[in-house]
Amino acid sequence: MIALFLRDLKLAMRAGGGALIGVLFFMTVVAVVPFAVGPDLNLLSRIGPAILWIGALLASLLGLDRLFQAEREDGSLDLMLMQEMPLVLTVLVKCLAHWAATGLPLVIAAPLLGLFMNMSEIAIGATMLTLLVGTPAITFIGASGAAVAVTLPRGGLLVSILVLPLAIPVLIFGVSAAYAAVHDPAPFLPPLLILIAITLFFAVIGPLAAALALRSASD
Amino acid sequence: MPISLAVEDLSAKRGEDLIFHDISFVLEAGQALIVTGPNGSGKSTLLRVLAGLLAAETGKVQIKGAVPDIGHPRELCHYLGHHNAMKRELTVQENLSFWKSFMGDSAGGSGIGIEAATEALGLGGISHLPFGYLSAGQQRRMAMAKLLVAYRPVWILDEPTAALDAAADRLFAGLVERHLRTGGIAIAATHQPLGVAAQELRMTGFAGVGDVV
Repeated sequence: MIALFLRDLKLAMRAGGGALIGVLFFMTVVAVVPFAVGPDLNLLSRIGPAILWIGALLASLLGLDRLFQAEREDGSLDLMLMQEMPLVLTVLVKCLAHWAATGLPLVIAAPLLGLFMNMSEIAIGATMLTLLVGTPAITFIGASGAAVAVTLPRGGLLVSILVLPLAIPVLIFGVSAAYAAVHDPAPFLPPLLILIAITLFFAVIGPLAAALALRSASD
Repeated sequence: MPISLAVEDLSAKRGEDLIFHDISFVLEAGQALIVTGPNGSGKSTLLRVLAGLLAAETGKVQIKGAVPDIGHPRELCHYLGHHNAMKRELTVQENLSFWKSFMGDSAGGSGIGIEAATEALGLGGISHLPFGYLSAGQQRRMAMAKLLVAYRPVWILDEPTAALDAAADRLFAGLVERHLRTGGIAIAATHQPLGVAAQELRMTGFAGVGDVV
């Protein structure tokens, strides 16, 4: 299991692995917003958490379609399907490695981009925290979409469309928790706890669905 | 306890067409089966069904005499398909050590070290290179090293020697023979003779095309 985690991390880091693509896309999306919205600092700081979350959501969806497709193309998926190790566990570890390679850099890049959006320290901290606990859910949801589309040669967009409705609650509670940290009357803890619950829920359901889809997609 | 592989009345479909039907055979420990036939006759389909990667339409595959709590026969099998299941970006060493620890060993044997395995394939000393740097034949041989680093009693080989030269062919035949001598079972689909004594299963192809079976 650790071997699989390390291998996937290594693959993401090596040339063509695509670990940095997501974070570059994230930076691009967020960096162009101030140019589009204009130099209204109050407005920027108000929409900051939402923009960061939208950028992170889209960036997380970007590399998901390759999660199983790359394994299928070189035959590794066949061997993974044959092992005594439960497929659910294999999928879970692949998701964790994928998140560590593509989701974690987004969380780390978020404070820098928060400055672009004129966000306060508290808002930046809250957004980082919600991204940290929320982005794994997107990976887990995305894994099931990636598994369904594994046999399609250009399934990238399809994965995003399949996955987006399920990812909306993550977005809603992530942004509302980040707002609540700055705007006083709204409570911070309940949306954050719901966000954590969503992540834990999909950590179970996502790999299970993905494993089922991979088993029936084999040809 | 020696194992045996029993296949009963196996048939499989690709789409709507029955590719083959009612295939039955038994392989005892130390026996090999060569699957021959023209292109498209269902050799690969048969092997994928045996490896548990495709659902059989009817019939079943059983491995007897193994540890009692075996979940599915596929867990006792090595499958060497058309693709090498190795990552081009990683070195041979990284690839093999990943598969060694990911697959583990089945009961009744243990895999050999990575250096020893590459030497057994005649490619010692280049395992530090990225897999993508190797030639097609070398890549194939390194993929075969997977068979050695993790122990499985049953080898399922789909045209294993397609990209190999004559010397590597003989080398591989030696490996299969050693596997059989130690109580293993091998099933190979191939156009060339494998160089080991084996039963032959001749596939005729397209059993269900054009008429209802």
